[in-house]
Amino acid sequence: MSYIALSEKDKREMLARIGIASTEELFDCLPPAVRLDRPLDLPAALSEPELVRLMETISERNTYGDFNSFLGAGAYAHFIPAVVDSLSGRTEFVTPYTPYQPEVAQGTLQSIFEYQTLICQLTGMDVANASLYDGAMAAAEAVLMAHRVTGRKKVLVARSLHPQYRETIRTYTRNIGLTLEEIGFGECGGLITAELESKLGPDVAGVIVQSPNFFGVVEDLAKFSALAHGPKALFIAVVAEAVSLGLLEAPGKLGADIVCGEGQSFGLPPAFGGPYLGFMGCTKEYLRQLPGRIAGMTKDVDGQRGFVLTLSTREQHIRREKATSNICTNQAWCALRATMFLETLGHDGLREMASQNLHKARYAAKKLSALPGVKLRFSGAFFNEFVLDLPKPAAAVNAALQAKGILGGLALQPFYKDMDRSLLVCVTEVKTKACIDALTAALEEVLR
Amino acid sequence: MIREPLIFEISDKGKRAFGLPKLDVPEAKDAFKDLAVRAEIVDFPQVSEVELVRHFTRLSQQNYCVDVGFYPLGSCTMKYNPKVNEKVASLAGFTAAHPLAPPDTVQGCLEVIKRMQDYLCEITGLDAFTMQPSAGAQGELTGMMLVRAYLEKQGNPRKYVLMPDSAHGTNPSSAHLAGYTVQEIKSNDRGMVDLEELEKRMNGDIAALMLTNPNTLGVFESDICRIAEIVHAKGGLLYMDGANMNALTGMVRPGDMGVDVLHINLHKTFSTPHGGGGPGSGPVGVKKILEPFLPVPLIEEKGGRFSLNFARPDSIGRVRGFYGNFLVMVKALAYILSLGPQGVREIAEVAVLNSNYIRKCLEGVYHLQYDDATMHEIVFDDKFQKDAHGITNLDIAKRLIDYGVHPPTMSFPSIVHGALMIEPTETESKRDLDYFIETMKTIAREAEETPEVLKAAPHHSYVRRLDETAAARNPIVKWERSKTS
Amino acid sequence: MYPQNYYFTKDHEWVAVDGDKATVGISDFAQKQLGDVVYVELPEIGKHLDVHQTVGTIESVKAVSEVFSPVSGEVIETNAALNNAPETINQDPHGKAWIIKLKMKNPGDLKALMKAADYEKFLEGLAH
Repeated sequence: MSYIALSEKDKREMLARIGIASTEELFDCLPPAVRLDRPLDLPAALSEPELVRLMETISERNTYGDFNSFLGAGAYAHFIPAVVDSLSGRTEFVTPYTPYQPEVAQGTLQSIFEYQTLICQLTGMDVANASLYDGAMAAAEAVLMAHRVTGRKKVLVARSLHPQYRETIRTYTRNIGLTLEEIGFGECGGLITAELESKLGPDVAGVIVQSPNFFGVVEDLAKFSALAHGPKALFIAVVAEAVSLGLLEAPGKLGADIVCGEGQSFGLPPAFGGPYLGFMGCTKEYLRQLPGRIAGMTKDVDGQRGFVLTLSTREQHIRREKATSNICTNQAWCALRATMFLETLGHDGLREMASQNLHKARYAAKKLSALPGVKLRFSGAFFNEFVLDLPKPAAAVNAALQAKGILGGLALQPFYKDMDRSLLVCVTEVKTKACIDALTAALEEVLR
Repeated sequence: MIREPLIFEISDKGKRAFGLPKLDVPEAKDAFKDLAVRAEIVDFPQVSEVELVRHFTRLSQQNYCVDVGFYPLGSCTMKYNPKVNEKVASLAGFTAAHPLAPPDTVQGCLEVIKRMQDYLCEITGLDAFTMQPSAGAQGELTGMMLVRAYLEKQGNPRKYVLMPDSAHGTNPSSAHLAGYTVQEIKSNDRGMVDLEELEKRMNGDIAALMLTNPNTLGVFESDICRIAEIVHAKGGLLYMDGANMNALTGMVRPGDMGVDVLHINLHKTFSTPHGGGGPGSGPVGVKKILEPFLPVPLIEEKGGRFSLNFARPDSIGRVRGFYGNFLVMVKALAYILSLGPQGVREIAEVAVLNSNYIRKCLEGVYHLQYDDATMHEIVFDDKFQKDAHGITNLDIAKRLIDYGVHPPTMSFPSIVHGALMIEPTETESKRDLDYFIETMKTIAREAEETPEVLKAAPHHSYVRRLDETAAARNPIVKWERSKTS
Repeated sequence: MYPQNYYFTKDHEWVAVDGDKATVGISDFAQKQLGDVVYVELPEIGKHLDVHQTVGTIESVKAVSEVFSPVSGEVIETNAALNNAPETINQDPHGKAWIIKLKMKNPGDLKALMKAADYEKFLEGLAH
């Protein structure tokens, strides 16, 4: 397959116009010593039918789709309305460039403006950016922002924050002299208040807590934000399961200064981890420290309303090494899908989806924890994920369930060393009662 | 012109565009006990499906895009996005796969990532690749962190990173995030790295030189091997910004030129669509010496079975969740497999041909600050038009819109004032190139004869020139009932 | 056109002196270079500044510029009016758009600065 649009005649005419005999002359500036004198060692070109056949074959080596899966942990299976694929697949949304020339990009810019509005409505923040790479990177950017705003160098991180988010924060802060201190979780599954209190001080830039946390437990954000504000630290609320915002109180109403997280649940398939959608918003006093692109409303010379990228002086292409972030390309098309998803579900649809998640997860937890030897590990109220403590090592139980066509959840030991019998189970609205009952029956068998 | 309202302006209570099946399990008792539940989501939209579809369909029609016309955007490599790549990226086997699924259930996904790692190694001449970074900027940050980790292990991470003053803004901001202080090295009077200057400046405190090659003027740094030697002699590393490799594919390989680490943008040279600003993908390639520090996990293959290796004690850790923008990798993989070795080489061959054709046709019409041989892009500027008629690159750019062409890059390189940075890529037809050339000539004439038309451009777009000053002075970044109109 | 009793820096800041009080702003040349000013970042009252330490930043749509303190001293007043009307910097750079007032630590700092006539000569030199 070739996507070159020149005929041999075209090439001849162009070479003649340039005044050279062949394209080879255009590469005379390359050092002869390093010129490749052989073709690249890549598979031979495929025609479209061959390519499709090969990619289908590779995709069919994935057997995941055959399983009744209860995996969550930062990537969630939700219904995606058909309009999302159909509208976002329009080439005018897939193939445009970043909207730096706003006159020819109002479609993109208005969608971003709507997206920013929806994120503010859901999170209770005053302002939101146009997207970041994913929840993990958004959490890291939020930590950096707290440091920039306060000038302080210590950040308190909940141990119940997604392990990958914590790792990413570590990577992003290691080289600029920030210290991270973890705050543990208690028997209820939530942050240990006393530990937070003891570590807070005037040297703390921010406190970062996920809710619902990695274990699915909903944290008392109001209490923790009030504590953080004592020594004037910023409170960062992280949301990894965005659908929870359809039901749970907006973190902004509970005292958060920055709300960030993962928007994958809003219309993006799990897709083996990407592309996903980092979202971030903050209260208006910190607007100029918010990283990422921002779309704003304005008027044109005829007085017509229009939208532009604005506050660009925060960004790398102007502020260079003093930028709020180095981000350039973000996840615009993913944010567009989220916008379409949210506007399709609408107020009642999103609440109903969130509500079904809660009820189905509670049903599953009740049935599963009624099995002999199986306990719900944490007593805190949960949204759509919960942790079961099993009478046998969770990894072995999972393997046995897998043999029965079920992926029971995430064994937690690789992430929390002392939790080798713990399983993180996720139930979203896509799981039917039959699927949940099948898990219960299979687990009962496996544990016998 | 009919203005497309904001969704909030057509929203009304009770309208719905999607329904879920009825709840099929008994409702939990005391479901909201100990939970802070919201009463409602204030002002959240409620529309019907037909309204939603018309809303976004009409919005889409306000967008220029590659499938409508030419984007001569220097450095952005806006080549055609093949449709078969979109098709294979939507295969259910790929989209439904959960990233934490047991590896034996997602062998297909792991194979995609491994193949990309291997093919990029071959194309760039480097020894190992990570596909994890989500975009070029994150790739640069990752690359600079790898440099730091390597030098730290050697005993001294060093303090500075050198880069030319013509560098893309993400270069200094990424170096800074990696804990380095940026030192600019001035380009010589040909816009290239000054070898003498480099020799003077390079010392044991400098961790790396970050280089774009061809540079942002489209000129190949032909002293690249000597540059690598100078940097290596003092124990530093050579970082290449390979975001745009459109001039080099199949002709030379950065690894063969002394580059130790580079990042690639799949959404540039490897044809994945820009989507209005992402998602992209910024894989990073390294020489063997940097391999132990790559982000974790590595995807490995043994006897046809693929696995994830987390046992990497020297790794810099993660730069994001999971493995990267997987579906973007699927599209790039399909692209490489479609092109094959000859096709990959043809990218560079025709990209450089197309750019030089434009150069030849517009030389003399627009000013060229440097006259060295250029490769896949060319930077003209507005000097002729500015000196004679007060017309700037911005005016020229906005007038191009009236002719159905997207403006070229203008905001950099900073060493050229009033820059018009043009990159045609290899997928433009001669007819479209000629149209662009003729349009640029017409605009040059208009600059002489009717400059006021340019100053007020664009005239024929959905909105006309927008007040960016007002937007920045008084930012309105969301809709609010009774506030925005 | 540049006030005769003002002092100027090579970075285009001006200082007006009244006893030990120094008022600081940016010159007409600087505001022209920046274009439409959209935001001014002001320092905290009480902050101690050395010569050439960053006072704050001034942003236009497409550029951002640091303001460097021409003299050392303590910030005793900032021009809060610039928060709501940053465009004043473009309209009246030498008057209403003063940025900070300092209590000078060392009046000798003024010796290193240019007077209006020298500054105008300096600007002419830049044009070439």
